[in-house]
Amino acid sequence: MGGLLFQAFIYLCAAVIAVPIAKRLGLGSVLGYLLAGIFIGPVIGLVGSETQTIQHFAEFGVVMMLFLVGLELQPKMLWEMRSRLIGLGGLQVALTTALITAAALMMGLFWTVALTIGLIFSLSSTAIVLQTLNEKGLTKTEGGRAGFSVLLFQDIAVIPMLALIPLLALPELVAGSGESLTTAAESYGDAGHHHDLSLVDGLPGWAHALVVLGAIASVLLGGHFLSRPLFRFIAESRLREIFTASALMLVIGIALLMTLVDLSPALGTFLAGVVLANSEFRHELESDIEPFKGLLLGLFFITVGAGIDFNILFNDSLTILSLTVGVIVIKGLVLYALARAFRLATTDGWLLTLGLAQAGEFGFVLLSFSLQNQVLPAELASTLSLVVALSMLLTPVLFIVYDKLILNRQPDSDQRRADSIDETGSVIIAGNGRFGQIVNRLLVASGVQTTVLDHQADIINMLSKVGVKSYYGDASRPDLLHAAGIESAKAVVIAIDDRSRTLEMVEHIRRHYPEVKILARAFDVNHLYLLNKAGVDIAVRELFDGSLELGKAALRAVGVHPFKVEKMSMAFRKHDENGLNTLYELWDENTEMASNKAYLARAREHGDTLKGMMETDRMQLHDRSERGWTPPPKHYTKDMGE
Amino acid sequence: MTRKSVNRILILLAHPSLDRSEVNGPLAQAAADIEGITLVDLYAEYPDFQIDIDREQQRLLNHDVIIFQHPLYWYSTPAILKEWQDLVLEHDFAYGSKGTALHGKLFLNALSAGGAEAAYRAEGYNHFTIRELLQPMEQMASLCGMRYLPPFALFGARTAVDEGRIEHHIDNWIELLKALRDQKLDIETAQNLPRLNSDLNQIIKET
Repeated sequence: MGGLLFQAFIYLCAAVIAVPIAKRLGLGSVLGYLLAGIFIGPVIGLVGSETQTIQHFAEFGVVMMLFLVGLELQPKMLWEMRSRLIGLGGLQVALTTALITAAALMMGLFWTVALTIGLIFSLSSTAIVLQTLNEKGLTKTEGGRAGFSVLLFQDIAVIPMLALIPLLALPELVAGSGESLTTAAESYGDAGHHHDLSLVDGLPGWAHALVVLGAIASVLLGGHFLSRPLFRFIAESRLREIFTASALMLVIGIALLMTLVDLSPALGTFLAGVVLANSEFRHELESDIEPFKGLLLGLFFITVGAGIDFNILFNDSLTILSLTVGVIVIKGLVLYALARAFRLATTDGWLLTLGLAQAGEFGFVLLSFSLQNQVLPAELASTLSLVVALSMLLTPVLFIVYDKLILNRQPDSDQRRADSIDETGSVIIAGNGRFGQIVNRLLVASGVQTTVLDHQADIINMLSKVGVKSYYGDASRPDLLHAAGIESAKAVVIAIDDRSRTLEMVEHIRRHYPEVKILARAFDVNHLYLLNKAGVDIAVRELFDGSLELGKAALRAVGVHPFKVEKMSMAFRKHDENGLNTLYELWDENTEMASNKAYLARAREHGDTLKGMMETDRMQLHDRSERGWTPPPKHYTKDMGE
Repeated sequence: MTRKSVNRILILLAHPSLDRSEVNGPLAQAAADIEGITLVDLYAEYPDFQIDIDREQQRLLNHDVIIFQHPLYWYSTPAILKEWQDLVLEHDFAYGSKGTALHGKLFLNALSAGGAEAAYRAEGYNHFTIRELLQPMEQMASLCGMRYLPPFALFGARTAVDEGRIEHHIDNWIELLKALRDQKLDIETAQNLPRLNSDLNQIIKET
């Protein structure tokens, strides 16, 4: 127990120190984790022996990441991407594999070894690139989209690679270490769960295939038909931690099922994600899984950093550095050529080229897999894993090159304009009851894209029946706001039926997303002032306008001229708003309004001026506080030179 | 008249659907980039027509050149400019024995008209020239003691973009605004023209 707590403390401590510093230096969180790992591992030697075990655990972060990637991908969108996915992604993997295999052959390696290396280095780091694109806000650029399709193809391509690599086993290695064959199956896949269970062991080929197909079908069908009633049932219990538990259960369950049938858990959860992408619970699932993914991926990168063998690096630094540079150059060349062939704009092309030129985390997975399957000799594997790690370490540098050289050189690239159009009018509406609904309908009718969040499953259910896109979730949770895309939203409308939570949301959003406009529903004057103090941009008293409208109707009903009613109500509104502003100075959040003497006195005074104003208006048709059309004085034409 | 080094220019833009505008939108955009010019989009500032009279009067006091920029609707301005006139040009501010606030300022319309220029004459279907049609505006300026300039006008506005006439018009607009600002306009000559942009070279002084 003590040892475990100590290790956990060391890992978390390193992350907490290194990641914020790396981010502040503009290096991104992934490099921060890697550096933290290097520091606690090879540099000061606090950890090391257990990294292998932790890495298996941490690889679960990759599984969760693919689940989240799947959640982002509506099947429709995936279908629309198909040409780019297969064209760009397929060619990238094929060409890079071919070139690197050829290079390895020229260095005198046996063809199976060369091909394995080619496959390993054809992959790029989904985790680093997606994270970096997200942090830099580049996901919606053409280059970002192209990069995403390439990464997606690679992630899918890992599955056949896992099937292919055991066939490339070297006879001399197999003969040399017979006993390790038995352990190979253990770490099949990326989750690295040790399992002795298998549903397919000893089954004939046809039954094996049937079980595998059955497992995939159960993920697809279960995701499609069972998840919704299940989540709705859980959501109605209003227990947040149970929802989180069920999200985790889902991901772990699918990963387990996949390992049982010898499939990649990453593929399984990815499929489940795609199936759930259209679900109204998508944002909630996303925000529940996200922190686990983040931490586990972070852990994964720390273990990669901690596992770097500096002895090999120092003994043979020239070889390893030139191999790393060689891999980056070859990958870059392929990507650049593809960017040209697929007619990406120059900046987008460079983003693709520089962004994806590294090797990826699946490289580590494939390396250990190849090692266990006697495809690669151990010494070569550890050298190559160093090359993978170094190329990943260099990624932030390449992104800095992109920022400094490419973006600066082409400030007015055509992609930027397209970008801003893409993101116009994304408004998050929290709360879709009587109030939020009307706001949402107006925005949607005006062609503004909205994302609606509500914590009542039955409202969501009803809305989906009338065709309004909405998601289940407690909008006051920061992680859900994040999942709903607050980073790219222009405005948040808070229309939830809870005073204090509205206030908390305003405070939270103002602190973390200063750019986003916050519009909130205020309950009364006191709430309005509290919201103002919390930094809301616009707050509207929920009953004010409705009451004013009914008051106007009443005036018209008793025979006041409609245009005069309009002017009176405008004057009333203006007077009221002025009053609010002057009274705000006397308002004190800690003193109850009823006992705030100065406030009450001023409020009374203000009420009197209104009375006086309306009085004057009635008597003289005109008053300075209500400037409207004024008749010139009688006989004014006399001094006009008549 | 005292000579200051530069004129401050106020453009009151009135277009009820600016996002569909092919002429006034680009003209306003061009003007917004010029130093020393205040551009007020009236429909944006007063979507409910509740014009802030004090604020508008203060704006008038702060500027030397007043421009109504608008499409020509029924031989006059869009509704909000008329409302603006009714409310802002008050007795004892803009006219009357004590109403001297606008004296000596320059006034002009910058307008776009759907009809061809040929339609705006006695034998055309509009029967009156554009200057004749704008006589209420000319008299408004005169009653307020302002010096009236003929309109800066674009005819056949609906097809100006398709026919490639808009760029030249915008160039002229920028040139005119700069000349007004830098006091390089020959006011006396300009006042007698049928429209201001018939020949800018004739009325813009080099020094």
